[in-house]
Amino acid sequence: MRNEKPFAAIDRREFLKASLAATAAGFAGLAVPRAASPSETGQGGLIDVNVNLGRWPLRRLRFDDTAGLAAMLRRQGVTRAWAGSFEGLLHKDLAAANARLAEDCRREGNGLLIPFGSVNPMLPEWEEDFRRCVDDHRMPGLRLYPNYHGYTLYDPVFARLLGLATGKGLIVELALIMEDERMMHPLLRVPPTDPAPLVGVVKQTPGLRLVIVNGLRTLKEKALADIVGAGDVSVEIAMLDALNGVGDLLASLPPDRVLFGSYAPLFYFESAALKLQESPLTEAQLRAIRSESARRLLPDSA
Amino acid sequence: MKYEIWDNHTHLVEKLGATPEARLGEALKFADRVGISRLILFMGTFEGTYNLSPEQQRRANDMILRAIKPYPDRVFAYVYLNPKHTQASLDEMNRCIRDGPMVGVKLLVAEYCNKPTLDPIIQRAEELQAPVLQHTWLKITGNLPDESTPMQLAELAARHPKATLICGHSGGDWEMGLRAIRPHPNVYADFCGGDPTSGYTERAVRELGAERCLYGSDIGARSFASQLAKVLGADIPESAKRLILGENLKRLLKPILEAKGVKL
Repeated sequence: MRNEKPFAAIDRREFLKASLAATAAGFAGLAVPRAASPSETGQGGLIDVNVNLGRWPLRRLRFDDTAGLAAMLRRQGVTRAWAGSFEGLLHKDLAAANARLAEDCRREGNGLLIPFGSVNPMLPEWEEDFRRCVDDHRMPGLRLYPNYHGYTLYDPVFARLLGLATGKGLIVELALIMEDERMMHPLLRVPPTDPAPLVGVVKQTPGLRLVIVNGLRTLKEKALADIVGAGDVSVEIAMLDALNGVGDLLASLPPDRVLFGSYAPLFYFESAALKLQESPLTEAQLRAIRSESARRLLPDSA
Repeated sequence: MKYEIWDNHTHLVEKLGATPEARLGEALKFADRVGISRLILFMGTFEGTYNLSPEQQRRANDMILRAIKPYPDRVFAYVYLNPKHTQASLDEMNRCIRDGPMVGVKLLVAEYCNKPTLDPIIQRAEELQAPVLQHTWLKITGNLPDESTPMQLAELAARHPKATLICGHSGGDWEMGLRAIRPHPNVYADFCGGDPTSGYTERAVRELGAERCLYGSDIGARSFASQLAKVLGADIPESAKRLILGENLKRLLKPILEAKGVKL
């Protein structure tokens, strides 16, 4: 595809050279720094914990075909991507959606795409969908959408699902929102999931490994710190949007709880990548966000 | 590929310092990290209301004048006005644009922009060769009182076809906003303030042409990074990216900047 530049692993020396050259040029013709490939930086590539297969219900997207998405991610230096499916939002036949997700990841991903299936505990006999994710598809994790599935985090079934997932060693990705509430389709208005019960639920679920996805628009400051501090809880940066957002986030959270997430293909991939460029981060912080924090949760061999 | 990037939409970021100068100075360090060469700054303070009195309006603009003083060739400013106070707004335009360094007008959430109270302001802006950036949003959750929609801006544009108008945030709901401003060639789409949703830029270029699209970040509410991604990640020609990232705004501001002796 034309006009793409990899931003995934930014070579800091290259950036410094570009910045100095730009300053010398008196601000005329500044260069957007070139990104280096993972092999160039030797930093173990990039792990994106928030990508989605399938079609967004309200709009066609570039890269909403799995092969195209996988090719784009590879060009950006992504070596592993945790993939949910947009079909998981509204489809009632989640067994079929999860089977397609697993098959697409296997066929097109070539080790790049890791399927995170969806379970809707409001559906009859949802435990069978859960079982198939674990036993049939060997998924290492789930992605949950409580607001689209019609339950709150106060609901006892949520705690039960977390307990089952933890018992099977699964990572649980919890999506708090999927799009800006102000711009939703009038017939598909879905309020954000209220994260308030999470501190209690996390504490009641020993061994839980929870990743909050699309959470940093609504979850901030003390509420965020309390939830992350309640157990093995991590966040990703797709919806973090503030000047020096990643830098400020790392001032309040340990780097091993902060993961790289692009929310591709609904968001331009470059958004997450450029956030790492905008914030002045140490090499250790960059390594953690790019891959080490995700690898702690899901080793490459898994 | 090198881009000359002009950011059409920035605010002072409170967390970056105690004074306007400190806040802007720190923001420029982040701009350097992502290759942004020039900023347009406005709205020094809200003082807890969108409906600023003439005195509050002056204070807000004084903060911006203070902030930009050390950067006459790098940071430009738009004067922030409350159209409910028409004469005070005209006076402020004379103070900040005609007799000062500011180069455009920013209108926020003080008055619906299709009201006749805006007409003298738009006419004066046209005389001063100053673009007018009007905040717009279209929220399914409900707009604020006096918060303009892109459809209301289209009405204003029809009354002032020679004025240069900028549709702030492309209406927020960009799929609706771009549609609303499409028939008015004097209205430009400001890309900032919303999520970096794939397809935004491609649709704007397809429906308006790249010449009518402007990059902005809305720092204070957003990041440089997420909003740059809308252009850098879009499936559009390199020539279109250059226009959106800098060439269009440079072209729009060139007459007034040159009249003020700013070297480009």
